[in-house]
Amino acid sequence: MKLLRELMFPLIAVIAAFIVGGILILIIGDDPIVAYKLLIGSALSWPDGIGYTLFYATPLIFTGLAVLVAFRCGLLNIGAEGQLYVAAFATAWVGITFVHMSAWLLLPLCFLAAIIAGGAWGAIPGVLKARFGSHEVINTIMLNFIAVALVSYFTQYHYKTPGDPIMETTEIGGGAHIARMGKFLPGFPERIPLNLAFILALVCCVLVYLFLWRTKWGYELRATGSNPTAAEYGGISIRKQIIIAMTISGSLAGMVGINEVLGYRYRYYDGFSASYGFTGIAVALLGRNHPVGVLLSAILFGMLIRGGIFVDAFTNNVTKDLVDVLQGVVILFVAAEALFRGPFGRFGLLKRSKV
Amino acid sequence: MRDLFTIALIWSTVRLATPLILAALGGLFSERSGIINIALEGKMLAGAFTAAAVTYAADSKLHLGAASPWIGLLAGMSAGIFIAAIYAIVCIRYKADQVVSGTAINILMIGVPGFLSGALFLSSGSTPQIPKEQLIPWAPIIIAFAMVPITWYVLYRTPFGLRLRSVGENPEAADAAGVSVSRIRYSGVLIAGALAGMGGAYLSIGQSSLFTRNMTSGRGFIALAALIFGKWRPVQTLLACLLFGFTEAVSIQMQGAIKLPAFFATLLRQTPGDDIPVQFIQMVPYLLTIIVLAGFIGSSRPPRALGIPYQKEK
Repeated sequence: MKLLRELMFPLIAVIAAFIVGGILILIIGDDPIVAYKLLIGSALSWPDGIGYTLFYATPLIFTGLAVLVAFRCGLLNIGAEGQLYVAAFATAWVGITFVHMSAWLLLPLCFLAAIIAGGAWGAIPGVLKARFGSHEVINTIMLNFIAVALVSYFTQYHYKTPGDPIMETTEIGGGAHIARMGKFLPGFPERIPLNLAFILALVCCVLVYLFLWRTKWGYELRATGSNPTAAEYGGISIRKQIIIAMTISGSLAGMVGINEVLGYRYRYYDGFSASYGFTGIAVALLGRNHPVGVLLSAILFGMLIRGGIFVDAFTNNVTKDLVDVLQGVVILFVAAEALFRGPFGRFGLLKRSKV
Repeated sequence: MRDLFTIALIWSTVRLATPLILAALGGLFSERSGIINIALEGKMLAGAFTAAAVTYAADSKLHLGAASPWIGLLAGMSAGIFIAAIYAIVCIRYKADQVVSGTAINILMIGVPGFLSGALFLSSGSTPQIPKEQLIPWAPIIIAFAMVPITWYVLYRTPFGLRLRSVGENPEAADAAGVSVSRIRYSGVLIAGALAGMGGAYLSIGQSSLFTRNMTSGRGFIALAALIFGKWRPVQTLLACLLFGFTEAVSIQMQGAIKLPAFFATLLRQTPGDDIPVQFIQMVPYLLTIIVLAGFIGSSRPPRALGIPYQKEK
């Protein structure tokens, strides 16, 4: 019953968003049923649809988890976007600098680079908040722009192949590549970029769950988020928790770099992120800030990205901007939860649950 | 260094600061009433797209001539107000988290213009070119600079301004004194919508001659940064906007005019005498904001009730 209640609300938000999207599609003179059929059909076909859906879902699982961990500590990390850029560049940098190193050494180093760089970039707003009390939302927004400028500088001036018109670094060493799923799944072509980072994302879901709900540290982090005053009385250092939460959050966001650089393009490509960091906020909120919810909603958004491309190509007027529209409306509905609690709340379907 | 301060650079600074001033002053009204305005970016995008689309239609379809950019400007402001109204209802009536719903508005407004222009103009995300005669390069600049003393006067010399500030600092006390907290907050957010919408409109039909996808490219956030850098006060906010406009003007105009000092060149493993990488100039506003927010340059204290939905006691 509790599970049903937890599922009910996100479901209503998604349906409401699809209805708003449908009305918009009608206004611009297309058939919403046809568009949605196309969207879902192309996202769930085997193997391409499902392969790409899960590939697009992978970074969203990481960023969704990143936002979740910060949220559970009472912080809003809008900086996943910057954290993942810094991390992706760092992992590419290791892959380029130690290009001839054997996979046994290079791969762990590349993983560490992504995790540490993301974590460090996430720790900055954490420290600023713990030390100076400055708001993490503003600082993470500012750090996003700084991160983008910084990695773009390094790409342009130091790690680009001279003469390459595209803003991308040279290729990383072969030892740093991680395998695509086609290697393990019979009948699943290797051209689909879904790679082992997806498995890593699943593992991270489990780890985040175990950390937050089965360890003392996770308990302290959640206590800080749900009632900082009580936590402080209970002997928990709020400042320490803020820094820990932002560091873990940044590390999780940083793992997007593993999927992107080590599993997909094998180089750092400037501006690669399709707002994964911001979509992560939608993913976490829709997933009720629970790892299982994050997994499910990341897959939903992965479907939207995949299907959006097809809707763009095969309808007259609808463009892939539909995905952004649906995403925005979903967050808006999830944020304005009270909107639904009025009419539906009376039936006890939507009781207030502490986010 | 002397050739840096040319007339061209000052003019360019003024032009680049204009959308920031409009949006930041809008944000000031909203934030002073206690509502965070992460959504400035989205409101600017709404204003920019609507202004360009309406000006184009008024000029080429309705043949309204010189009136079209003015209609476009008003339409851009209305679009900003419309988006602000959605934001206000969600944040004030339904007490949603302001940062989260602001982010939603921003994502929504990256999508909606592209979505509509795909259908209206059969293009992916941009509106058709507007002829040069139908642009409005001057009026928004004058309005932006005039808005600074007006904002100051409204904020510090009128009953509305007093109520606005009191609602942002101590809504309980304001409520007890008979001020309708939600009504004042609605006005604050809607004024922000109008001004940010105009700021966006200036980008598309003043500085440029069409709307392109995500054309604000973070200016809403720079305006927010200027507001914080200006400590939520009108005159300081103007100065912050001019400073940020100046850094942008430098990064555009002075390509090649300022050389990298030898010390930094060694630090960055570049040849001394190279241009300063544009990325470093772009970072300045954001770095300054972080520094000022951390309290290194005087203290920047937000309105006390900023971001907290007001729950009236029953």
